[in-house]
Amino acid sequence: MTLPEYNFAYLDEQTKRMIRRSILKGIAIPGYQVPFASREMPMPYGWGTGGVQVTAAILGPDDVLKVIDQGADDTTNAVSIRAFFAKTANVATTTKTADATVIQTRHRIPEAPLSAGQVIVYQVPIPEPLRFLEPRETETRVIHGLEEYGLIHVKLYEDIAQHGHIATTYAYPVKVEDRYVMDPSPIPKFDNPKMNGSPALQLFGAGREKRIYALPPFTHVVSLDFEDHPFEVQKFKQPCALCNATGVYLDEVVTDDRGSRMYVCSDTDHCETRREEGHRGPGLPISGAQTVKEDAA
Amino acid sequence: MYVAVKGGEAAIANAHRLLADRRRGDRDVPALTLEQITGQLALAVDRVMAEGSLYDPDLAAMAVRQSRGDMIEAIFLLRAYRTTLARFGNSRPIDTAKMRIERRVSATYKDIPGGQLLGPTFDYTHRLIDPAMAGDEPVDEPLRRAREDERRAPRVTDILNDEGLIERDVLSDEEPGDLTRDPTAFPADRDVRLQALARGDEGFLLSLGYSTQRGYGRTHPFVGEIRIGLVDVEIDVPELGFAVSLGQVRVTECQMVSQFTGGGEEGAKFTRGYGLVFGQSERKAMAMSLVDRALRADEFDEQRLAPAQDEEFVLAHCDNVQATGFVEHLKLPHYVDFQAELDLLRTLNTAKAKNDEMREAAE
Repeated sequence: MTLPEYNFAYLDEQTKRMIRRSILKGIAIPGYQVPFASREMPMPYGWGTGGVQVTAAILGPDDVLKVIDQGADDTTNAVSIRAFFAKTANVATTTKTADATVIQTRHRIPEAPLSAGQVIVYQVPIPEPLRFLEPRETETRVIHGLEEYGLIHVKLYEDIAQHGHIATTYAYPVKVEDRYVMDPSPIPKFDNPKMNGSPALQLFGAGREKRIYALPPFTHVVSLDFEDHPFEVQKFKQPCALCNATGVYLDEVVTDDRGSRMYVCSDTDHCETRREEGHRGPGLPISGAQTVKEDAA
Repeated sequence: MYVAVKGGEAAIANAHRLLADRRRGDRDVPALTLEQITGQLALAVDRVMAEGSLYDPDLAAMAVRQSRGDMIEAIFLLRAYRTTLARFGNSRPIDTAKMRIERRVSATYKDIPGGQLLGPTFDYTHRLIDPAMAGDEPVDEPLRRAREDERRAPRVTDILNDEGLIERDVLSDEEPGDLTRDPTAFPADRDVRLQALARGDEGFLLSLGYSTQRGYGRTHPFVGEIRIGLVDVEIDVPELGFAVSLGQVRVTECQMVSQFTGGGEEGAKFTRGYGLVFGQSERKAMAMSLVDRALRADEFDEQRLAPAQDEEFVLAHCDNVQATGFVEHLKLPHYVDFQAELDLLRTLNTAKAKNDEMREAAE
């Protein structure tokens, strides 16, 4: 009986090569979903297998990896994926956005702007932005081919007719370089503008659906909207209770059974960095010895 | 006071430690051995090998043990290992006509050359829980028939084929598709469909096959033949110039003789539905052959109306490792997206309250 053995970053080199070719094709055609021979990974489909394969294919021994889920480094699945690469590739890991060369993410883009040379890898559950309007792959590929995106505009229009608003709050579709309509993965639409013109390379991996797509640095990415109903992002009325940050995405934390809530940064690294810099929000316990810097606004 | 939750790493480690404890159970009870699992839970091992699409009883037994008997989890373990294995060649097609038969039944003929052979089947057992199963009572040795090397047991479909009454099997020298190495494109070819079905979830295929019997894509099936037994796996070695045997695998094959077609130049002919599964699993092989036939609707100009005839639907959803992953991913945190929905709902309701107020004021 042969006992199992595994390669650097788990995947065999032939598979990595195949994935890299798909990534290159994706970069060459921004926003186009490249079919790839997705492998079975040792974590469940739907838990980031696409992102993990992309990361495994691009990771080198000198890379510094950051993994976030819901913006946080310490959510269980982020911990699990980070541990997977620490074990199989023995790469350095970090929670600092600025220190990372590769950032794998689920559902968020970090608040700190990404810089040239960084790669952000998105985990994508359903890569097809038209999937819930047309379940058949044979149909949606034709729609993309012919650039006949009327369907999705009708959906957004129906939202407005029914609710007075576009009722899509996450996985909000974007148009890439005026050609492909693309699913930005289930990030809140709050993060959509960060995709536009980013100096970082953005890669998207959907393992179960066997698709890879990409946005090369400085790609033009526009969220779909109408002239009289322009695209808007979520705005929070209060700052982060811990670091007092405004203009960031906040998680609502229910603190008791009497309706009390507090709002804290979804991006844990951003929040911690600000607190290290001395920013304090109203909700943080403050010890007597500390000098408190109250932020205006 | 809220403090950002930390300690995911420790929580995971502790959870896995508890899992290992529960897996082992009472330490005073001896641990299951792989021999016990492969020997006494052989059909569980067979299912894991079939849907894990890797023929290795020992690894499958390890997976069953590691997964605490959770079949899909065990299948997943085997798949995740299989995917890392290098491919060093394609075997020759196995020849089920040369099978060392353990069980063989036909529903279309009373007797067939080579005979019918019940073999180790649950059929005709009365499903009464046997008190003997509470202990370890001695079990009689089975009767064995004399092995007839020259025994001729032609496939029932070959008998029909000789008479020209069933569509011909098309021989092909083309390398078969492999959905684990190439992304599936639709419409898919039958080889890829059969691969997907062979790896597909037994329960899902069973229900789909059942649905065709209840009118959702009816195919008028007859079990031409089910055979279970050992077949040789051979591989061509170019350096040697002949094929060498890699060993034997146990498979279950079901040939469904279905709805006839045609009447043109060729004359009317029965059509085929095919099922082939690692190990002993005729439920799966039969369900597979029903679904295979249903999926061939286009070939016979049949209307595609039922789920079992819908290739994209069947192929995209028959894989239980994919299905379980995506269903279970819903338990991962989604609070960022949920926050976005909360925000929208509150905005909509605030707008509505304002409108209602204005309307009331106007009235």
